[in-house]
Amino acid sequence: MPKLDLNRIPMPRQDPKARGKNFNEVALGYSDEQARTEAGRCIQCPKRPCVSGCPVDIDIPGFIKAMREDDMPEAVRILKAKNALPGICGRVCPQESQCEAACTLAKRDAPVAIGRLERYVADWERAHKDQTEAPTKPPVPTGKRVAIVGSGPAGLTAAADLARMGHSVSIFEALHVAGGVLMYGIPEFRLPKEIVQAEVDYVTSLGADLKLDSVIGKIDTIDELLDCGFDAVFLGTGAGLPMFLDIPGENLNGIYSANEFLTRVNLMKAYRFPEYDTPVKIGRNVVVIGGGNVAMDSARCALRLGAEAVTIVYRRSEAEMPARREEVENAKEEGIQFRLLTTPKRFIGNEDNWVVGMECYEMELGEPDESGRRRPIPKEGSEFIIDCDVVVVALGTTPNPLIASTTLGLETTRRGTVVADENTGKTVKDRVWAGGDIVTGAATVISAMGAGKRAAADIDRFLRG
Amino acid sequence: MDAPAVARKAQAGQFVVIRIDEHGERIPLTIADWNREEGTVTVVFMEVGTTTHRLARLGTGDSIADFVGPLGLPTHIDKFGTVVCVAGGFAVATIMPIARAMREKGNRVISIMGARSKDLIFWEEELRRVSDELIVTTDDGSYGRKGLVTEPLLELLQSGTRIDRVIAIGPSIMMKFAARTTEPFGVPTMVSLNPIMVDGTGMCGCCRVSVGGETKFACVDGPDFDGHQVDWDLLLARQRSYLDEEKLSFGQWEAQEAGSSGTKA
Repeated sequence: MPKLDLNRIPMPRQDPKARGKNFNEVALGYSDEQARTEAGRCIQCPKRPCVSGCPVDIDIPGFIKAMREDDMPEAVRILKAKNALPGICGRVCPQESQCEAACTLAKRDAPVAIGRLERYVADWERAHKDQTEAPTKPPVPTGKRVAIVGSGPAGLTAAADLARMGHSVSIFEALHVAGGVLMYGIPEFRLPKEIVQAEVDYVTSLGADLKLDSVIGKIDTIDELLDCGFDAVFLGTGAGLPMFLDIPGENLNGIYSANEFLTRVNLMKAYRFPEYDTPVKIGRNVVVIGGGNVAMDSARCALRLGAEAVTIVYRRSEAEMPARREEVENAKEEGIQFRLLTTPKRFIGNEDNWVVGMECYEMELGEPDESGRRRPIPKEGSEFIIDCDVVVVALGTTPNPLIASTTLGLETTRRGTVVADENTGKTVKDRVWAGGDIVTGAATVISAMGAGKRAAADIDRFLRG
Repeated sequence: MDAPAVARKAQAGQFVVIRIDEHGERIPLTIADWNREEGTVTVVFMEVGTTTHRLARLGTGDSIADFVGPLGLPTHIDKFGTVVCVAGGFAVATIMPIARAMREKGNRVISIMGARSKDLIFWEEELRRVSDELIVTTDDGSYGRKGLVTEPLLELLQSGTRIDRVIAIGPSIMMKFAARTTEPFGVPTMVSLNPIMVDGTGMCGCCRVSVGGETKFACVDGPDFDGHQVDWDLLLARQRSYLDEEKLSFGQWEAQEAGSSGTKA
């Protein structure tokens, strides 16, 4: 057995003080030397548990081996054979609960930093286009047409795979850029938009035709797409409908859904207002309600916009927070405050309808609920007021009802998600597949990509059937 | 606007979201007319902020980055009987296709259009053509009848003429008072709300309005709502959310314009 090296190379990051004032990427990426050393830690174990931990089955030991042999073009080839979006995944996948959790070295608390290596390979490729763009053999066209609705992680992955299989693919996107949540949701400092754009360009370079500004359900329904020449449709429209608290005062000025706040900042570049036309309220005391990654992203954006104080209000304790550990730590380092075991009761406004405060309850944890987490219960008489002038509600999202309400014969759940087979993505409607958040409700980028991949394989089987 | 995909599906009461260029904001504009054969869509807007001023400076052959639609639910068109269509300001463009569709459905259509003064009157003949009766008002009396659109509306209601439905579209304050005017008479009154929007597809909730005590997204649940149920003060307050920023952006644009026309001269 090779000698175990338990010294995982840490990710170089921008200094917390400095980065709280800019939107540049926080994690700086490994140097060549650091990447080589970290790749050297992989023991190339025969069981390869990391691969089964990856929702898109990347040959992880394979690309790491190529790195160790200094064959970067080969590392790129292996990585991209399974994953069309490696620069994105290397940055936003929760590796700690997937490939890295399964790594043999994880038993000794120091898994190989697979995500950081994935990012290194993807970034290397972008910087060395000339060395990697070997002409790939174009696939044999099948003459079949597939419509992909939504260009987020699920749609892009399905589109890439189907195009590589030789099908003619059209991607319909409602917004003015492709990428979905990767563009409007995840902030620049965690996922630079240039990287998303480069990976979207890669997918279109495989032959997928991208139609922006096209709201399916409005310009064409799913049935019209099927009637006018598409052989199959994949629905990857995500979970775009924001949830609100439904408490008094929620429509006061200055109260945003996280979707609105992040869309203004990321997609519309409000952090560069007035150079870009879309404004966002900066706020002195910003409160973000929620404990997920979206709450962390919103809080860290508010800080970078120039807020004096940013507080995350979450109804359970830190242990129950659904956000990635790493993002919680990043937020804390940057000076975001946490008010745990706290939930809003109502918002208080001034005479101009602007929010000036939020009345809250203190909470205590009771018995576990259906999610297995201890249920938070308001403490009687514990009400207190937090001063705030901007509030971001980051409680999660559900699927936008536009597709389901305009498509005959789709089965949906009470939560508004579309029912689809877990292994194939097939819906109950003929020639229609679905995957990603529209099926699962809000989840991760990589799980949506996995669903896009499985659906692409099944669509291919059907089209060749 | 050359936009065949939008023209193919556009219906009365729907809107588009436009963005001029890479740096532009997304704003909603109501669809005023369309030609399915030629693939064109007409929008009419008033120059109020940076985007609309820039838009007004474009001419034939120019293009903009994005023109998305048709968005929102179409106006509910049915045979009601007598329908009064009330348009304030440039909303005469919005009411045109609605009045036309109502008439085609067999309704008797009485239209009321009002503007601040004579030089802001447009599409009068167009609206007259699709109405059984047309009343024109100006605030200053420079054309038609002097006064606000709510005055002839009130007289119609009081005259005992049977009115089955009122459609009122215009600035929020005008719609608010039109709805107040009809409320005592119990005449169903639909209004087309115009809150601030970003995506226009139900994704952000910026356009939330309160109707009958319930929060609705104007972009997907509307833009048409029961005017008697709308929380007008909330709508008016939310429309003022970015006044300071709008001023800043517009001031900067004006300065730039002055600078560039100066160099040209």
